[in-house]
Amino acid sequence: MSKFKKKKKGLPAISTASLPDIVFMLLFFFMVSTTMRETDLLLKKPVLPTASEVKKLEQKSLVSTIYVGKSKDARISGDKIQVNDKIIDVKDVPSFIFAERALRSEDEVKYMTTSIKADKEANVGTILDIKEQLRDINALKISFSTTKGSSIETNYKN
Amino acid sequence: MARRENSEINAGSMADIAFLLLIFFLVTTTMDVDSGIARKLPEKTDEKPEVIIKEKNVLDIVVNRNNQLLVENEFVEVTDIKRLAMNFIDNGGGLSTAKDGKPAEPCDYCNGAKDPASSDHPTKAIISLQSDRGTTYGMYVSIQNEIEGAYNELRNKLALSKYKRSYKDLLDDYKDNGSESLKEKIDFLKDSYPQIISEPEPIK
Repeated sequence: MSKFKKKKKGLPAISTASLPDIVFMLLFFFMVSTTMRETDLLLKKPVLPTASEVKKLEQKSLVSTIYVGKSKDARISGDKIQVNDKIIDVKDVPSFIFAERALRSEDEVKYMTTSIKADKEANVGTILDIKEQLRDINALKISFSTTKGSSIETNYKN
Repeated sequence: MARRENSEINAGSMADIAFLLLIFFLVTTTMDVDSGIARKLPEKTDEKPEVIIKEKNVLDIVVNRNNQLLVENEFVEVTDIKRLAMNFIDNGGGLSTAKDGKPAEPCDYCNGAKDPASSDHPTKAIISLQSDRGTTYGMYVSIQNEIEGAYNELRNKLALSKYKRSYKDLLDDYKDNGSESLKEKIDFLKDSYPQIISEPEPIK
């Protein structure tokens, strides 16, 4: 009987001592490679158009994002504009940019970029209105946010 | 003995704490890279400068609310724009504008058809994009993308023949180590094929 018992505890338990190290490594990876989520979308998530000649936006801290898309409520038609956590009117875009500028130091202002994340079904009229507002207050650097890809046909064919 | 032997701190829960932090970061952060077509808006000026631009130096692109395209009054597809724009910009049928004491000279780096009825010089070639308020944004971005593509390809061609390197290569290199000589090269390419895009008021 005693001989039988001895055989049973042959395998030692796997050491979990390095588990914290592994998890910490993962944690640091995610801390470094990701950015904080800033806004909750109040609109239907915009389907970005595809483009091949894209440029990566550098310096995320200098980017202010404007979302354009349809309202989540299907009964409300037309394009809605969202900045930060609220839906605004076109004429309020300058005040949003001014608020964004106030958060940055003076010499950073000229490097600030406005990224327009618009649904591919949105009307150009809305986008051009926003552009006009941005021009008025001298926020001249803009970027039409797109996904990178080579098949641009999907942009205008349903 | 008053002091007790220090017992080792139990590290068993370390993993749990780390997991908790990890999950917190997974939930609250995003990883998406924001990329897009960069554009610089023209500055707003009160005085309207009187500039006479010849009809042949403007490539008219009109898009209507049904996403149909007209380039120089001919019905085309989006995928044709790049070729048409490149032919138009690279035509080099005439002289550049004289400025800074430099006399007007013909385009010595153009490979175009030198058609006298098309653009004079890349620095004079203007692309006009007239859109309708009802055009979809996807279409608009596609056209912008094609125009950008045309300029990039022309700059790339010039970079290859002049510096034996691609334009993208130069830009990447400049991003990594921004040296003066690289900036000079890139600026030269940009000045050779400047992006002059005009967007008139949309059709209501």
